[in-house]
Amino acid sequence: MLELNKENFDAEVINYTEKPVFVDFWGEKCQKCLELMPDVHKLEEKYGDKIKFASLNTSQNRRLAIAQKVLGLPTMIVYVNGEKAEVLTPDKISSAADIEEMLKRFYK
Amino acid sequence: MANIHDIIIIGGGPAGLSSGLYGSRAKLDVLIIEKGNFGGQMSTTAEVENYPGSIENATGPSLTERMRQQAEEFGTKFVKDEVVGVDFTGDIKVVKGKNEEYQGRTVIIATGAEPRLAGFKNEVELRARGVSYCATCDADFFEGLDVAVIGGGDSALTEAIYLTKFAESVTIIHRRDELRAAKSLQEKAFNNPKIKFIWNSVPVEARGEEIVEGLIIKNVKTGETSEIPVNGIFVFVGLDPITEVFRGHIEMDERGYIITDTEMRTNVEGVFAAGDVRQKTLRQVITAAADGAIAVIAAEEYINEKFK
Ligand SMILES: Cc1cc2nc3c(=O)[nH]c(=O)nc-3n(C[C@H](O)[C@H](O)[C@H](O)COP(=O)(O)OP(=O)(O)OC[C@H]3O[C@@H](n4cnc5c(N)ncnc54)[C@H](O)[C@@H]3O)c2cc1C
Repeated sequence: MLELNKENFDAEVINYTEKPVFVDFWGEKCQKCLELMPDVHKLEEKYGDKIKFASLNTSQNRRLAIAQKVLGLPTMIVYVNGEKAEVLTPDKISSAADIEEMLKRFYK
Repeated sequence: MANIHDIIIIGGGPAGLSSGLYGSRAKLDVLIIEKGNFGGQMSTTAEVENYPGSIENATGPSLTERMRQQAEEFGTKFVKDEVVGVDFTGDIKVVKGKNEEYQGRTVIIATGAEPRLAGFKNEVELRARGVSYCATCDADFFEGLDVAVIGGGDSALTEAIYLTKFAESVTIIHRRDELRAAKSLQEKAFNNPKIKFIWNSVPVEARGEEIVEGLIIKNVKTGETSEIPVNGIFVFVGLDPITEVFRGHIEMDERGYIITDTEMRTNVEGVFAAGDVRQKTLRQVITAAADGAIAVIAAEEYINEKFK
């Protein structure tokens, strides 16, 4: 999965228009994030042909996350043409199934 | 035909993991179904200081991993799935997951609890944008910033102390002028130069367009409101049980906690409950683990009687 940072974020997410971009905002101390990660990798295998998968380590890229108005983990966002199209906040993610449901809406 | 388990445990927190350990050591066929992260609430806390034996490396995640491994070593099976329905009417209990359907001779409900909302304006709208219920998850964001903690119990103080490693200041807002938390924790908090207290006050509204910029609080004695400039609001005001799926299937109290006897039996034969999900006075890792053990012994006795 593509690792995002402040150098590549604009090119890979904001200015990218080919397909929707899914970004997994996670942190090194966020247990729930770490548990979800293998499932997110499986989702990439399933939906990766029509959705671009990327992850952002917020422990290393705090300012970038805050600039995206992300201050809680895990947060999953789908960007379409550089705009936030859907945001899943931690309370909306009880299992990977919730992430899959969101992805299905963009898998066209 | 589908495999019929001796015990299906719903929830992989300390109660469920302890049931797994006791059940598999008794050579029963035990399955734990967990929807999210193993360890439940325990996995979200930085430090578990009061579980006997957990002094070194006593973080929630490390204690979780050790409990999980121990259960696995004796043969407990684990599956990741979210339980969305149950049928407890027959001798064989049916548990419906999002992915699969499971059958068991007995069921132990160990679905735990989740943080209760404090009920201020914009609490939901600004969630994950400054409003948080998990310090270990989100503390990183608040490096050098000012945060508020709502609550006055053990969790509120433990997490406030943890937050001082990151935040510039931590202001604890408590609705009374006295704390419920353990005395040793109170001492730690009072002696921490980064922690301030605002007494007799409740949060009214989180302010901020897209992220939290302040918190309006009200003094319950004087009725006066004021605003404190914070970027983070951490809420630890208690818990609600996770029992929606079981409503109508077993007996609960008016707040949704499952009612059991001292052997963890619910009103339905073959169905047990353990941990925070149960109506009881002390909700901690140690009591969750104890419940889990007791539930297995009762389940084993029931299986021996019913299916011999
Ligand atoms: C911030 C914080 C700090 C704490 N600090 C301490 C401490 O220092 N010491 C201490 O002793 N205790 C502490 N506690 C309390 C302790 O964590 C709990 O009492 C304990 O975790 C309860 O265990 P449990 O197994 O009953 O429930 P939980 O830990 O809540 O676990 C329940 C599990 O069930 C799963 N689940 C729920 N519904 C379903 C479903 N439908 N399908 C599948 N799985 C499901 C959940 O995902 C969860 O993993 C703390 C709690 C918090 C929140």
